[in-house]
Amino acid sequence: MLTGARIGVVTFPGTLDDRDAARAVRLAGGEAVALWHADADLHAVDAVVLPGGFSYGDYLRAGAISRFAPVMGSIVDAANGGMPVLGICNGFQVLTEAHLLPGSMIKNDHLHFVCREQVLSVENVDTAWTRLYSVGERITVPLKNQDGQYVADEHTLDELEGEGRVVVRYRDWNPNGSRRDIAGITNAAGNVVGLMPHPEHAVEVGFGPDGPRGPRTGTDGLRFFASVIGSLVG
Amino acid sequence: MTTSPTTPSPETVSFDTVANAEATPDQEMPYAELGLKPEEYQQIHDLLGRRPTAAELAMYSVMWSEHCSYKSSKVHLSTFGDKTTPAMKEHLLVGIGENAGVVDIGDGWAVTFKVESHNHPSFVEPYQGAATGVGGIVRDIISMGARPVAVMDQLRFGAIDHPDTARVVHGVVAGVGGYGNCLGLPNIGGEVVFDPSYQGNPLVNALCVGVLRHEDIHLANASGVGNKVVLFGARTGGDGIGGASILASETFDDTKPSKRPSVQVGDPFMEKVLIECCLELFAAHVVEGIQDLGAAGISCATSELASNGDGGMYVELDKVLLRDPSLTPGEILMSESQERMMAVVTPAKLDEFLAITRKWDVETAVIGEVTDTGRLVIDHHGVKIVDVLPRTVAHEGPVYHRPYARPAWQDGLNAATLSGPDADPQHVRPSTPEELRATLLRLLGSPNLSSKAWVTNQYDRFVQGNTSLAQPDDGGVIRVDETTGLGVALSTDANGRWTKLDPYAGAQLALAEAYRNVATTGARPLAVTDCLNFGSPEDPDSMWQLVQAIEGLADACQTLGVPVTGGNVSLYNGTGEPGQIDSSIHPTPVVGVLGVIDDVTRATPSGWTVPGLSIYLLGTTRGELDGSAWADVVHSHLGGLPPRVDLAAERTLAEILINAARDHLVDAAHDLSEGGLAQALVESCLRFGVGARVSLDAVCARDGVSAFEALFSESTGRVLVAVPRSEEVRFVDLCTARGYPALRIGVTDDVCQPGAGVAGAPDEDHEHEPALEVQGLFTVPLAEARTVFDATLPSHFG
Repeated sequence: MLTGARIGVVTFPGTLDDRDAARAVRLAGGEAVALWHADADLHAVDAVVLPGGFSYGDYLRAGAISRFAPVMGSIVDAANGGMPVLGICNGFQVLTEAHLLPGSMIKNDHLHFVCREQVLSVENVDTAWTRLYSVGERITVPLKNQDGQYVADEHTLDELEGEGRVVVRYRDWNPNGSRRDIAGITNAAGNVVGLMPHPEHAVEVGFGPDGPRGPRTGTDGLRFFASVIGSLVG
Repeated sequence: MTTSPTTPSPETVSFDTVANAEATPDQEMPYAELGLKPEEYQQIHDLLGRRPTAAELAMYSVMWSEHCSYKSSKVHLSTFGDKTTPAMKEHLLVGIGENAGVVDIGDGWAVTFKVESHNHPSFVEPYQGAATGVGGIVRDIISMGARPVAVMDQLRFGAIDHPDTARVVHGVVAGVGGYGNCLGLPNIGGEVVFDPSYQGNPLVNALCVGVLRHEDIHLANASGVGNKVVLFGARTGGDGIGGASILASETFDDTKPSKRPSVQVGDPFMEKVLIECCLELFAAHVVEGIQDLGAAGISCATSELASNGDGGMYVELDKVLLRDPSLTPGEILMSESQERMMAVVTPAKLDEFLAITRKWDVETAVIGEVTDTGRLVIDHHGVKIVDVLPRTVAHEGPVYHRPYARPAWQDGLNAATLSGPDADPQHVRPSTPEELRATLLRLLGSPNLSSKAWVTNQYDRFVQGNTSLAQPDDGGVIRVDETTGLGVALSTDANGRWTKLDPYAGAQLALAEAYRNVATTGARPLAVTDCLNFGSPEDPDSMWQLVQAIEGLADACQTLGVPVTGGNVSLYNGTGEPGQIDSSIHPTPVVGVLGVIDDVTRATPSGWTVPGLSIYLLGTTRGELDGSAWADVVHSHLGGLPPRVDLAAERTLAEILINAARDHLVDAAHDLSEGGLAQALVESCLRFGVGARVSLDAVCARDGVSAFEALFSESTGRVLVAVPRSEEVRFVDLCTARGYPALRIGVTDDVCQPGAGVAGAPDEDHEHEPALEVQGLFTVPLAEARTVFDATLPSHFG
């Protein structure tokens, strides 16, 4: 097993999936390091996960308050220096608010919170977080959000498509009205990735979505974490 | 001072004091507006030896309310304790009377769980009523020292097509989701029921389960003279004040606003922060006693902490942090602002305590301390406004022996049976294959049997990463210990229609089903929580239903060996004139059962995943159709008697299911309940999209029932299981050894046979698609069943 990669998992007030993300890091063979929103010190981590939840209750706008947390200043600097950063759900929203990724998330088109096992296609396998997938591979990962509709202006969307920066796309059903079925994107350098679906909920047999081996056997999300650990150690 | 309106001089303090109460013994107090009866007010007067101050009256009025004092149900609720034997207490670490019961599940782990109602607020303001219902039960669990790990909700609404139902459904579902999702608690199951009896009286019950180590148990008591009383969390505001205006009477000032909202407003973000903050406080061992603030707010927390402790308490009310500075002392005491906790902390640990609340940005105020006076004394701006014996507020309220009697209409209701030789022939039964097939589909698409995915897909079931089973499986299963896989299963049930027919049996049937559901997942049932939703205790009919249900439940708990650990009573759920058959809601005793399972990865799902498994029906089918889904959906009929209760059989069945799960003998198991065998078969097929081919012949021959009865009877003690061929001998031996009826009725299959002359058989183009095939009668392709099953709720609430 690969060891030695230290992956920071940030907790903001209202973060919900931090313990899940830390478990995913451990199951992928890495060391999870808890990072606190009010502490700008990144504790020498090699990569960072911004987990899902309702940081600051999504008040004002999802992610809008968290982006001002002391830890975010350090993360933005590190990300610009090439450190791998993964934002999941609320973490993706924080990354767009911090301008590490373009676009924004608004309320789902059907106006309800949605929780489902979502089929995705992986479209970019050159990012730090997706190199263990194959292009076009279909994976199933839980999705759960209230404000998950990805929007950006047409120029930005064309640019994302043209540069191959759409990382994963919704398949079978677009669960929130996201433009061009976009479920996740990356920055130009490929080190910063934002996803609305939750790969950390599909990492362990018995507790994930239903899979080909039976109920709750889906572990399609694990390779997001194994990818980054592989790239750091390898 | 006289009782006529007077204007105090500006120099006078603007609130009522103990000194003022002593000086103005004849001052009339607005006790009736606060819901107190004249004799209750007299009792307060006698306890104090003077008239109460406005603040004292506020405290007594909320603490002596039905909701807080259980004054009508107390004498009957003691039955639960009386019938709990020492053997039943084997796994009980904390029993009835605390914020929630605590059960030992082994390896040093404990779980705490409770179900509570938030019915009336949820009708007035569905979103906030439901949201704060979740918030309240979660704080009960935190205050035991536990990390909350899952929630379930039991929702009952009026008729699905009534013009007001959509308003309540949308608000309640969004409220449960909006609050629970934001707390990071998986919602693992619950109930959604539509029935006209809940029109104007929806039931919103919420259950929370938490996990802790044995040594982490915290209790609500204030001990140790000099220890600090600390209020932390959200600020106190003017929301949730018991519907009345003590304000005007208290200040004698007509110019101030006198109406405060009686429904609380929730802030789930604050509650999430409070959960993590409390867990860090517990881990740092800086909390001596703790109580959440729910109904009756500071009145409840101070009086209960002091009453449970060994001394008294002194509080400076002006230290309470306020959202609204215009609140009067009485309002501060009565406010039910959410997301607040009260802790007792030693002076030596106070700094550490405050450092942790500061880390989480949780506002905290030291508002008093534990004393040795034995009294609860509250000052406001240096003037004494409350001086009472805390137990008279918290625990020694009025107790009523309400009259109760079997309702005059009960015999007529029980006589109107659809079963047996007395059945009214005008309630036609389906008999041809076409009619049976149509009946199955009609029931499948009826509001109470149709898919609840529209509701449950609005709740997060994945968060925390420990959910092994969730709806639509029979019970929710949550992992507790990540290294061993030790976990718990939970299920709740209530059938208001059956309980209306026979409240004693109805409560037992609710327990039996929840117990069976837990065992169906493979878990061993350990303990019970209940939420008793009934009509007015002042109506002898409703009171009789309540008394019968409590006795039935207590007796059944004793027979099954599972103790009631806590719960809640919700009365006054009715708007009709007393004495009528439709005065109140169907009596609805929601019973939750908690079980333990050694390894959650062995939990049994409710559907089959592969073809080629043998399908067994466990239990006996009788022609029991009274109160059934068929009677309701097809004939809008309620009468007769509910299905027979056989607790000994339930216990044997549970042993079989638990052993079968442990030894990997079954791949799937699903309990038969509303809609009978037909509904259970369809649900087990639809769970993973694998069909089945069954024959009813053996059931009909053995049990002497018709095909219609075999399909739609709701006899209890029955479960469907899917057994791999390799395990059939062992499984059958397991049942035979215990003398439990087990009949092989068919096999699972992912393609259906070309049908020869049966209703609904697929044409050649579709014969390779999965279906439920009832041999010699009819075939239902799963795609058709899925469409019917999924359409109902979205078509009403989309």
